[in-house]
Amino acid sequence: MSRIEQKFAQLNEQGKKALIPYITGGDPKPEYTVGLMHALVEAGADMIELGIPFSDPMADGEVIQKAHERSLAAGTTLEKILEMVAEFRQTDADTPVVLMGYLNPIEHMGYGNFAHKAKAAGVDGLLMVDLPPEEADNVAPLLKDAGIDMIFLIAPTTTAARAAKIASHASGYLYYVSIKGVTGSATLDTDAVAEKVAELKKITSVPVAVGFGIRDGASAAAISRVSDGAIVGSVLVKKVAELAEQPDQIAAALQEPLSEMRTAMDA
Amino acid sequence: MTKANTYAELMQLPDDRGHFGPYGGRFVSETLSYALEELEATYKKLSADPDFQAEFDKDLAHYVGRPSPLYHAERWSRMLGGAQIYLKREDLNHTGAHKVNNTIGQALLAKYTGKPRVIAETGAGQHGVATATVAARLGLECEIYMGAEDVQRQSLNVYRMKLLGAKVNAVESGSRTLKDAMNEAMRDWVTNVDSTFYIIGTVAGPHPYPQLVRDFNSVIGREAREQSLAQTGRLPDALVACVGGGSNAMGLFYPFLGDESVAMYGVEAAGDGLDTGRHAAPLCKGSPGVLHGNRTYLMQNHDGQIIETHSVSAGLDYPGVGPEHAYLKDVGRVNYVAATDVEVLSAFRELTKVEGIMPALESSHALAYGRKLAQTMSPDQQIIINLSGRGDKDIHTVAGIDGITV
Ligand SMILES: Cc1ncc(COP(=O)(O)O)c(C=O)c1O
Repeated sequence: MSRIEQKFAQLNEQGKKALIPYITGGDPKPEYTVGLMHALVEAGADMIELGIPFSDPMADGEVIQKAHERSLAAGTTLEKILEMVAEFRQTDADTPVVLMGYLNPIEHMGYGNFAHKAKAAGVDGLLMVDLPPEEADNVAPLLKDAGIDMIFLIAPTTTAARAAKIASHASGYLYYVSIKGVTGSATLDTDAVAEKVAELKKITSVPVAVGFGIRDGASAAAISRVSDGAIVGSVLVKKVAELAEQPDQIAAALQEPLSEMRTAMDA
Repeated sequence: MTKANTYAELMQLPDDRGHFGPYGGRFVSETLSYALEELEATYKKLSADPDFQAEFDKDLAHYVGRPSPLYHAERWSRMLGGAQIYLKREDLNHTGAHKVNNTIGQALLAKYTGKPRVIAETGAGQHGVATATVAARLGLECEIYMGAEDVQRQSLNVYRMKLLGAKVNAVESGSRTLKDAMNEAMRDWVTNVDSTFYIIGTVAGPHPYPQLVRDFNSVIGREAREQSLAQTGRLPDALVACVGGGSNAMGLFYPFLGDESVAMYGVEAAGDGLDTGRHAAPLCKGSPGVLHGNRTYLMQNHDGQIIETHSVSAGLDYPGVGPEHAYLKDVGRVNYVAATDVEVLSAFRELTKVEGIMPALESSHALAYGRKLAQTMSPDQQIIINLSGRGDKDIHTVAGIDGITV
């Protein structure tokens, strides 16, 4: 069983849902990321999505675009992201880490090389925004051999037939994108999400986590009632942006909204 | 399998998943998958529909003004003393460049699919103008994304787009040029996918865009092939076109791919020089990767980050290139070369003075290389250079280099 599967099984036993924060690795500077990851876990994160910065984050709104820019300007590379995960793993063997980003840096490193290094670092899953299952033939078997789950996205525009196909390739969890749009935009329609997630649950046993548009305790709780987990990104990354010049205060600033979400979800 | 066979087979690409060998494909976020599948199905149906083709041809004839002439630049050819140079006059199209061939086609697709709104990215502004033009004609809402830097150096085209009723958004992210405009257009499309048709301006992007943009522009090569046969009794020895994303080049090359005797040259922007790092020549100097929905050659660093490009011409200032070109490079069908800013400006001035034709700076890349190539050939040989657009939009840039404010 992968670390992600174990985590969902364990939460299931406890009658809890997964709280999955996203931060961009290396934002505002590479040396702060591992500390922030531990702080997220302390505040109630069950898993962490760690963003790999990319020069052209096409699917992200302004908040996360800026995070990628800050991170790259501070010298973050994919190699360094993997080092961060390895360092995090030295003191946390339980919390799954999913790398999230765009395909090109991974392709450039070489899929075999990446799979090998990611496994060694203790990465549990990979979510590439611009890699649908149809294009994943080169990389999927290598990740599978390395025991790394491939997380795929399902969108409001995904047809039932396509969803079934995507689900058949997925492991770890499915990421349901709650809105048509980029990260950090619009507000969420919980009823519409509930309906879609219910349809997905009929065709797959892979857990379904929901992201985009979750910003506080209420929205996290609402989403976790109708799915297996809530993914929260832009709200946290905005805090990092605000405190980029006072990095010592970032951890506490991330913990506050996250704890609120944890409490609301567990209530 | 003979070589001729292989060449003819190149015309069968892409495969049904949009791949040209290892290149192309559909690397997009899931929200767009449905829209692209829908577009692919629509295009498949309409491209086989005689009524659609008839409407497209009619618009090209009566609105764009096709066929565009194949002009024998006799004076310039004589002066250079080499091969006879023929210019395919895409600069004479309505709106002043080849870009309109594609926007007419895609706007018809938008009309047939009932989308009330179109968006586009633009570099030099030619594609933005061509999009705003067809949107005005069809009464479609139109929004254009343009890098903030390009908004400055192509202010004339920005104003043209506004006059045509389009909203022009200056993109401030990243390097503030064409690639960032494309990122922003993708973000708009993801957000408004139900109401919006994205008119991509070159043979890049996710499948089926590289194919359909090529098909709409291949009228250039079909005409040139017929005109060459009619005017000279034979096919040209070589074709030359500039390559930004690669749509004017693909449009010229495609109908000749199976003609083994026809050599082809795609000319990238060497900017300050290919060895300076300040250029926009992914085929000459880049490596394969994935950007903007397809796998192709890219300008990227050791970490797979896309790097900034440099060219005197906004329309070539792009770190990627259409995936079909990537494949044609690998199989050796097309030679990819580059021209520096200095060579380009010299060719711009020369054609203007010698033939009374003021070319776009993008097209001047093809002229700069074509001039060199012609000089290595004999006067009984002939080459076609694609004059992809006219130079009016670049007068500010050239005057600025001369230290003149106009
Ligand atoms: C006149 C002209 N030629 C060429 C290009 C480059 O595009 P492509 O390589 O797609 O033909 C542009 C782009 O703006 C252009 O305006």
